[in-house]
Amino acid sequence: METLEVKNTMPKQGLMTGSQAVVQALIAEGVDLMFGYPGGAIMPVYDALYDVEEELKHVLARHEQGAVHAAQGYARATGKVGVCIATSGPGATNLITGIADAQIDSTPLVCITGQVASHLLGTDAFQETDVIGISMPVTKWNFQVTRAEEIPMAIAKAFYIARSGKPGPVLVDITKDAQFGKVDFNFVPFTGMRSYRPKPKLDLTSVKAAAKLINSAKRPFILFGQGIILSKAEKEFKAFIEKTGIPAAWTILGLSALESDHYLNVGMLGMHGNYAPNKLTNECDVLIAIGMRFDDRITGDLSRYAKQAKVVHIEIDPSELSKNVHAHVAVIADAKEAILELSKIVDEKTHTAWLQQFRELEKEEYQVVIENELFPSTEKLSMGEVINEINIQSDHNNIVVTDVGQHQMMACRYFKFQQTKSMITSGGLGTMGFCLPAAIGAKMGQPNKQVVAVIGDGGFQMTLQELGTMFQYGVDVKIVVLNNEFLGMVRQWQEMFFEKRYASTTMVNPDFQTIVSGYGITTKKVVKRDELADAVKEMLSHKGAYFLEAAVGQENNVFPMVPTGASVSEIRLK
Amino acid sequence: MKKERYTISVFTEDIVGMLNRVTIIFTRRKINIESIAASESEIQNIHRYTLVISEAEDMVKKVVLQLEKQVEVVKAVYHKDSEVVYQEIALYKVPTEVLLSGGEAEKIVRAHHARVLSVEPAFTVIEKTGHKDETQALFDELEPYGMLEFVRSGRVAITKPMKTLKSIVEELENIQY
Repeated sequence: METLEVKNTMPKQGLMTGSQAVVQALIAEGVDLMFGYPGGAIMPVYDALYDVEEELKHVLARHEQGAVHAAQGYARATGKVGVCIATSGPGATNLITGIADAQIDSTPLVCITGQVASHLLGTDAFQETDVIGISMPVTKWNFQVTRAEEIPMAIAKAFYIARSGKPGPVLVDITKDAQFGKVDFNFVPFTGMRSYRPKPKLDLTSVKAAAKLINSAKRPFILFGQGIILSKAEKEFKAFIEKTGIPAAWTILGLSALESDHYLNVGMLGMHGNYAPNKLTNECDVLIAIGMRFDDRITGDLSRYAKQAKVVHIEIDPSELSKNVHAHVAVIADAKEAILELSKIVDEKTHTAWLQQFRELEKEEYQVVIENELFPSTEKLSMGEVINEINIQSDHNNIVVTDVGQHQMMACRYFKFQQTKSMITSGGLGTMGFCLPAAIGAKMGQPNKQVVAVIGDGGFQMTLQELGTMFQYGVDVKIVVLNNEFLGMVRQWQEMFFEKRYASTTMVNPDFQTIVSGYGITTKKVVKRDELADAVKEMLSHKGAYFLEAAVGQENNVFPMVPTGASVSEIRLK
Repeated sequence: MKKERYTISVFTEDIVGMLNRVTIIFTRRKINIESIAASESEIQNIHRYTLVISEAEDMVKKVVLQLEKQVEVVKAVYHKDSEVVYQEIALYKVPTEVLLSGGEAEKIVRAHHARVLSVEPAFTVIEKTGHKDETQALFDELEPYGMLEFVRSGRVAITKPMKTLKSIVEELENIQY
């Protein structure tokens, strides 16, 4: 049996084991919190972690998927690289959903997996999977370490790649013999490589061309995405829209980059977004997209998407330019750099009449959709009114984390945000089960902020094992389950497009109050409208974790809606 | 849009698994790779893959950008057939007795400017370099005489309108921030 020779005396540099080098490299990269789950092939690293509990805290999740989503939540809430660690085989494969989610939502993540000893690679050894092969399509970069000497460089490179350019997940797979091996450790930060130049040089001619279009526009319209948040351009972006007077609408990953009540914030784009920004996408004359990638949930039918408009696309990833929507002017740049340059040469303007068009449609949406959602006359609670109640009572020094489905759309639509990075949601991949672990990671990354996790009854049951993590570490997350006893979004589609054939969407749920109580969390269930305000008040003022279950209308729908294959201008209010 | 044949040249760092990272970009979009050749380039540690696909140019452009996005891809470019000088090699194994009989087979080999690489009592190996239609033409003519084995390489291509790889690499290496 192999054993580690050095115990309890962790050198900071010089000769050490590969596993100690992993830990020291993480500390050198500034990591003080990571999420994971141990197992055979990663045990040496866990043994090394045991010596540095003070400097580098490890949070034991209840499932590797929980660990990776927690690392994502941490990264999204803090802007730092999230770190998670798992063993080989099933440990590694359980990370894949979170890695794919981080890849499509550009979340910086370093995942470390143990691997069987190098002499066993490819032999179908116990708990061996080809995690390099499996993760390749969903990682920004991955690397297999088979010798201890490779560790310092591999970890440094991993962090550099994860956080630079368009951020993303990377995976470092470390064989067990490399963890046991010896390395003369001297940490050198990674500074770059010729094949990867993450920061494009800003081409001022493209900025000038963009300014020319913007200055001549009569009905300009801005779409902004997470690029604003990732490039820390919130302030510059706000100054830019205020100078140009251009209405701006957001993707759900861009949500919270600009405060919800800003006079130029005209709302949410896409399938369940607001009426005005969807309709007027097809009426603007210049469309300025910043740090977003024209996902199909945003555009609807591409052949009828903003065809009348000249498109300016500011984006750091060249492969996104003209991928879905043709860019008449492509600015390959970090959003902040481009906005700063652009701001210097755009004219100061107001677009009162154009903005008024948004206001008119907003009114229409309010009358047909929003009023009924927020102040329903139905007996049952609506999802929107629960979100609205939390919004009204919230001090807005908080972070809202959502899962995926109807409640997610409701949270995006009806919660009002004032601070950047205060909305964390699984956008591109649409990963049910994301919310609870991501909320745990967000809270541990931002302990001074209140974290509200809004989840449906379906998604809650996908990762509710992470209540155990909350319990063990005393994580103060306020959980709100909007329980309609259905997989609501799928049911809505079945109602609208499959003749109400509710195939496998009804949920016979357990008593969540009993389950959550078992984890020592205070719980409450509201069914009646007159109980709601007090329950929300109790939750928000409660010290420690809280679980609020709201029984909402079973067959409520999310509107407006752009049906699949329809144009954004065909958005339906009912 | 009309599908056309394109040669994609991908220059990558020389590391394990790189070919997989390149090919999955095609797999994702369900694009068939018609041929592929991998070798070293003129610069040490930079490998060169030559892939041939038939797709619309718009799609090819997007794929090439996604190839370039890969961290360890130095450069990726695409060209039409008219923009590259390309070649393939084919080897044909035929029964030696056919050639010894002094009949048509020998004439065919001569007419196609093919070379005889190896003669064994039982079989002869013939080599022909050229475009696919040329190596195929020789195949079609030899086949009636009994083709014991046949293999054709992927296309290798030298691009006409390109900056030298050296200048591209130097440019990349000199980027400072």
